[in-house]
Amino acid sequence: MKSGRRLSSKSRTYLGMLIPVVILFFAFNTLPLIIGAFYSFTNYRGYGSWDFVGLRNYFDLFTDSRVWNSYLFTFKYAIVGTILVNVISLLMGLALNSKIRFKSTLRGIYFVPNILGGLIVGYIFSFIFTYIIPAVGETFNIEWIQNSILADERFAWIGVLIVGVWQAVAMNTIIYISGLQTIPEDVYEASRIDGAGKFLTFRKITLPLLMPFISINLVLSTKNMLMVFDQIMSLTKGGPAQSTESISYLIYRNGMDGGQFGFQSANAVIFFILIVTISVIQMRMTGKKEEQL
Amino acid sequence: MRRLKRKQGTNWFLTFVLILGCLTVLFPLYMTVIIAFKNPSEMTNDVAGALAPPSNWSFDNFAEAMKVTNFWSALANSLFISGITIVLSVLIHSIAGYVIGRNMRRKKGYKLVYFYIVSGMFVPFAILMMPLVKETAQIGLANPIGVILLYLVFYMPMNVMLYSGYLKNIPLAMEEAAEIDGASTWKTYWTVIFPMMKPMHATVAVLTALGTWNDVMTPLVIMSGSENTTLPLAQLNFQTQFGTNYNLAFASYLLSLIPILIFYVVCQKQIIGGVANGAVKG
Repeated sequence: MKSGRRLSSKSRTYLGMLIPVVILFFAFNTLPLIIGAFYSFTNYRGYGSWDFVGLRNYFDLFTDSRVWNSYLFTFKYAIVGTILVNVISLLMGLALNSKIRFKSTLRGIYFVPNILGGLIVGYIFSFIFTYIIPAVGETFNIEWIQNSILADERFAWIGVLIVGVWQAVAMNTIIYISGLQTIPEDVYEASRIDGAGKFLTFRKITLPLLMPFISINLVLSTKNMLMVFDQIMSLTKGGPAQSTESISYLIYRNGMDGGQFGFQSANAVIFFILIVTISVIQMRMTGKKEEQL
Repeated sequence: MRRLKRKQGTNWFLTFVLILGCLTVLFPLYMTVIIAFKNPSEMTNDVAGALAPPSNWSFDNFAEAMKVTNFWSALANSLFISGITIVLSVLIHSIAGYVIGRNMRRKKGYKLVYFYIVSGMFVPFAILMMPLVKETAQIGLANPIGVILLYLVFYMPMNVMLYSGYLKNIPLAMEEAAEIDGASTWKTYWTVIFPMMKPMHATVAVLTALGTWNDVMTPLVIMSGSENTTLPLAQLNFQTQFGTNYNLAFASYLLSLIPILIFYVVCQKQIIGGVANGAVKG
């Protein structure tokens, strides 16, 4: 009896601690999610009256060329970006974890891009793309860099990509370094004694043991790159000719100011479902590889 | 074994390549500093015009940029928002992580709550943005307080996951001993558990700080109606008004980068350690 009462007072304390937090989370995460999903079935403009339109917004999404463009750009950006970021940061991680001098200083410097805000980094690179690189092109008579990459409809996305990768590599490198540090030295020792070369050791030892970190990095960088916003805001504002309009940016632009609250809500719902699906698939795939060890 | 290790000495070639590679990081920063100190008349149209050091290092641009962007007010807002968010995250998310982490293996309900909160990690801000703007405006939270509340919610999934994961390292016996001594669950938490989670507090503080300090989108949409700005927001407003005076602009960028750079130089170990720790434990 006595112990029963004590237990219940304990769980009452637990509930008292947890319930306010859950309410807060519900109020500012789940509730707006539900509201957003609700408005996706209406023609709400963000103000004034509205009607239910059923699934019309969702059908319209598929025929809206601006929406298609934003998905094409965002996925092109995220796929190329994720691959580049992970290849570069894995190489950086290996390099910064090997027998080099000034190790901690170098690690410190290479992490700097991560602490700087995407918006300001975008402004700084915007100047580099618009003035410095064309000026270099003029001085050395290199024609193809004499115009700003950001002004070219075909290549502006590469400019955005360079900035996005520059920042993301910093974070992922640190994660790869901490992953490499979990691999004990004697595993390498053993493989060296067995006569395995550097590449074989990397493929058979480093890569499999690093799988959990590759998994984290893939999920993280894909998600972050799909949600690209700051760099677009400061580098191109979606231009030229909407060639670099990301999904987040389009939802912000047209949903907030463009009177497309309902329509962009439908867009956001699709975007949300895609992000969840992609993350789950990625975790499943890399999770399976981990098990094979 | 020792000898084997020693055989391969310092890889000087790689060291050299890595030092050279630092230029990719340092060049944009160098350029920012140089242009920030220059006079517009020194900005000729060639490479040297932008990259050569200024003829005299003048702080005029900074004074002007501070005035135009209302720097001190933006800095105060940024410090307020990030500071309160960090403190409340450590206090509130650690409690949530503790309660969930201690109960989720025995009780289904807590496990459900765990997955409910952690799944929030995959909800993009884009879908919450429009409803949140309405919601916060309706209840009078279209201001820094509202932004703080939202951050507490946005960082909850990651932080709860980190805290409840870290709890595995703290043996149950610690609490049981305190409880036998007659301490309440609440008191046990603050006197025994909270201090023991210190390494995780550092990680959570660092990750939350980096995320909130540089965030543009949340304050942009939530506080757009108010007079308040944050440092990134001030740059955004500045850009739309005075974007063509590059010297002024770069002085302003540099000003907004300085606080976080100072923080980084002072706490570099904790920051890198915190990020790495978050990845390993997560």
